[in-house]
Amino acid sequence: MIYVDNAATTKMSPAAISAMLNCMEETWGNPSSLYAAGQRAAEVLQDARERIAVSIGAAPKEITFTSGGSESDNQAIYSAALSGARKGKRHIISTAFEHHAVLHTLQKLEEYGFEVELLPVGEFGTVTARQVAEAIREDTILVTAMYANNEIGSILPVAQIGTVCRERGVIFHTDAVQAAGHIPIDVKKQKIDMLSLSAHKFHGPKGVGVLYTRQGIPLTSLIEGGAQEMGRRAGTENIPAIVGMAVALEESCAHMAENAARISVLRDNLIKGLSQIPHAALNGLPTNRLPGNVSFCFEGIEGESLLLLLDEQGICASSGSACTSGSLSPSHVLLAIGRSHEVAHGSLRLSLGEENTEDDVERILKVVPETVAYLRNMSPLWRDTLGGKKAFVLS
Amino acid sequence: MALYSENVMDHFRNPRNVGVIEDADGVGEVGNAACGDIMRIYLKITDNIVSDAKFETFGCGSAIASSSMATELIKGKPLEQALHLTNKAVTEALDGLPLNKLHCSVLAEEAIQAAVKDYYERQGSTGIECPE
Repeated sequence: MIYVDNAATTKMSPAAISAMLNCMEETWGNPSSLYAAGQRAAEVLQDARERIAVSIGAAPKEITFTSGGSESDNQAIYSAALSGARKGKRHIISTAFEHHAVLHTLQKLEEYGFEVELLPVGEFGTVTARQVAEAIREDTILVTAMYANNEIGSILPVAQIGTVCRERGVIFHTDAVQAAGHIPIDVKKQKIDMLSLSAHKFHGPKGVGVLYTRQGIPLTSLIEGGAQEMGRRAGTENIPAIVGMAVALEESCAHMAENAARISVLRDNLIKGLSQIPHAALNGLPTNRLPGNVSFCFEGIEGESLLLLLDEQGICASSGSACTSGSLSPSHVLLAIGRSHEVAHGSLRLSLGEENTEDDVERILKVVPETVAYLRNMSPLWRDTLGGKKAFVLS
Repeated sequence: MALYSENVMDHFRNPRNVGVIEDADGVGEVGNAACGDIMRIYLKITDNIVSDAKFETFGCGSAIASSSMATELIKGKPLEQALHLTNKAVTEALDGLPLNKLHCSVLAEEAIQAAVKDYYERQGSTGIECPE
């Protein structure tokens, strides 16, 4: 099997698994209990908190453990919105290609009278600090812009956006789910006020994540019922998962530079090879993208059938077609960078990880062009385009 | 649990009747590119019998499998029978489709109806009422 869907989830790190098993066997006490077994668990929790804080340049007390990226995004946005509303500020700035954990939360806030402005992301999928600066108003409470996009891999100028927000006194939240463990994060240097991350994107367990919140930024609990996490999230902490996350993040950060260097070579070879397919287009820029992200649109075919055929060949990948999203519309990310519906249905995302090899790339570069050609051969759309009845969308 | 039944996967992997009939007696097309589904059915009619049927499909796995199964179900059958092929018959022959994919079988039904209608129009015949 060639697994190239690391943006969806990653294989767990053996070191993280072993740390989790050890934690479940040895440190199963409740960290809120005062006896020694509980306090040992509290120490393990604190140790994980410190290690995670160091990995992103934060202080331990700025780390809140959550159930993952979606919860972190929800809590960050609701918290900022509530603190804004108290001051009569109800304007929120975001981007058109955020994850749904952000976009759907913002839609909900609109129902409650907040005004949400989604910045356009251009054909290459990014926003500039200047766009943000120009959008900020007196009543802006929050800017939420992702660190790196999950579908097309583009990396946003987070530090510049952070600087603008800090100067203007606006809270800056970034969904760093695709970035954490893969590209450097330093919340202090980058002037990030809130940041979401999710363990299973960097070889940690599923169902656990972090919301970093800079000291002084108010946080509202989404879950009531206890004083855990300094009152920011009730419920007994999932200590084994938190420990696994800490180990996985440390490990990913320790090997970040070498992994990124090696994986980006594979990525560039894939991009080069797939660009040879006629009437195909890379989504996003060749550079300034996550080390493992390759995203293409192929004219004349539909993504789900492509994925099924790749699966037959042992290749696990992803697409932004409507049929794979469970909705009628193709990926909002691809539409946001100006792809037509028709072409967005024919998208393919390959997200590489540490385990991928040059042989994988070679095999993908053999199978994908063949499969695209096979599907085009049975596509009436492709026939009409070739026959001149319809213009090509992609050159 | 697999996304699709083994039968759907069989018709997706090895679609029957893919291609074009250059001198088709009736051609029907439904769907549109923006929605991610287009089916085109070609029919050859001999003595009111569907003597050959071929399809081209732009769409997901179940759209391809539905086209394949639908053409199989009408080949060699009287035109009247082809005209009344239902999406239910296509779905049942495929051992079911996921709920959110049922529209693929509807497209197959509509594409065949469109092709039969095209045949009648070319014949200038209005002998049989065609469903809209």
